[in-house]
Amino acid sequence: MLELRRAARYFGGVRAVDGLDLTVAEGQIFGLIGPNGSGKSTAVNVITGLFPLTSGEILFQNESLAALPTHRRLQLGIARTFQNIRLFGQLTVWQNLWVAQNSPEDRARRSFFARWLGGEKGVRAEISQLLEFSGLSARQDELAANLSFGEQRRLELARALATKPKLLLLDEPAAGMNSEEIGHLRERIIKLRERGVTILLVEHVMELVMGVTDRIAVLNFGQKIAEGTPAQVQNDPAVKKAYLGGA
Amino acid sequence: MEFYYGLAQIVGVHTLLGLSAYIVLLTGQVTMAQAAFFGIGAYVAGMLTVLAGWHIVPALGASAVMGSATACAVGFPALRVKGLMLVVATLAFGEGVRLFFFNFDYQIARGDLKLGPVGSEGFRQIRYFPEHGWTTGEVMLFIWVFVVLVMAVLWWFDRSRYGSVLRAVGEDELAAQSVGINLTAVKVSAMTIGGAIAGLGGGIFAHYTTHIEHSNFNVLVATFAIAYPIVGGLSNVFGTLAAVIFVQAFLIEGLRDLGDWRNLLFGALIVLAMNLRPHGLFGKRRGSSHA
Repeated sequence: MLELRRAARYFGGVRAVDGLDLTVAEGQIFGLIGPNGSGKSTAVNVITGLFPLTSGEILFQNESLAALPTHRRLQLGIARTFQNIRLFGQLTVWQNLWVAQNSPEDRARRSFFARWLGGEKGVRAEISQLLEFSGLSARQDELAANLSFGEQRRLELARALATKPKLLLLDEPAAGMNSEEIGHLRERIIKLRERGVTILLVEHVMELVMGVTDRIAVLNFGQKIAEGTPAQVQNDPAVKKAYLGGA
Repeated sequence: MEFYYGLAQIVGVHTLLGLSAYIVLLTGQVTMAQAAFFGIGAYVAGMLTVLAGWHIVPALGASAVMGSATACAVGFPALRVKGLMLVVATLAFGEGVRLFFFNFDYQIARGDLKLGPVGSEGFRQIRYFPEHGWTTGEVMLFIWVFVVLVMAVLWWFDRSRYGSVLRAVGEDELAAQSVGINLTAVKVSAMTIGGAIAGLGGGIFAHYTTHIEHSNFNVLVATFAIAYPIVGGLSNVFGTLAAVIFVQAFLIEGLRDLGDWRNLLFGALIVLAMNLRPHGLFGKRRGSSHA
């Protein structure tokens, strides 16, 4: 579904992502891990188009993404969450989801004629479902800035889902969560997979990564140093060295 | 009574000027070009009624169209830059337009009179209202029909999804494009709507003052345009109206008796108002942002 071919992104002399090959199959939960500064977030940013590639190629459903700006990639079905939550704080919870409904299907439903035929009603019903899925129904009229940290994380995930993604990039969704919250997050991720969403999970929290992923790639200094099932990766000497240092 | 009608005319026109910047400010863009669109509207409407003999309403329509077309054309290149760079870019455009009018001659002989704009002297004798026997009260009502109309449309925008999208872009462009919002389309559309409102306001301005010149559209006017919505707050359109009344009726007219002290107080009161009501006169108290 998603394929990176020798993808590279340099910032001046810093090779944040350096010749990365990655293949995520449809329906997979793919983990992307690595020490701080290993290029995980940069990888997410080049896939969504916030940063252009320095060289290499990105294919999504066998089509090159290179020429497409971020909002066009979203319409193809690539959505994301941010490591440091980026909600629209002065919009309500409900409005945060409303403005995110930009899938081609929703745009068609919101067109002039469809709107009078009840398209808008369907759009609103979906927001209610998403609020329920995220446990935010009771907070729908609250400003996003007034939510607790955990609620903000849930809203950000819900906002990404409001775009009807085929591929969802989660950039450290468990950062700052306690273990109960991580448990809920895991359940949500598994439910999403059951709905047919492919997930690329960038994460530090091993408890989550090892539990839900089908396959993991490990980055260090912008390069892939290992790939395999969670069990394979855990026992890989190169990975141990990258994380623990030394021999 | 005439005085209050005249004041209401000024408040109405400045409200349009402020609202033209309001919609652009919602997207987080600070524009110093509103005085230029205001000026373009003023010259277009004035020339159409005086030189071409148009009725005032289609002339105002044309000034709105010219204002929005210019804003759209300026928007595409200008909105590629943000923050201070955008301020500088729009400021340069605004000054360019002012200097254009400073050098703009287009006169037609009408009997003994020569009508039309003459460079630095400006454009005199835009006498549509007196020629058609409109009283000050009627002119005021005419102006406020447009003000109410524009406020109603913007109020409706604010409550529609488009309004939320504008605010989303204003809050976080990165997040907005990541949920599929086309930043260029949103910013240029806001700029275009703002240009139409400024053009309309300028067209009205030309007719109630009857004499316009380049200095009516200078940087000070551009500053007022963004100051109204900022002082009034961006929660809704009434903030801008309240700020215009505060500045035009209270600070400028109300304190006229104070003579030179007025200018000192003017600045002090705006600073005071911004400190007491940091989210604007009409701003809601909003949650602490830790997002």
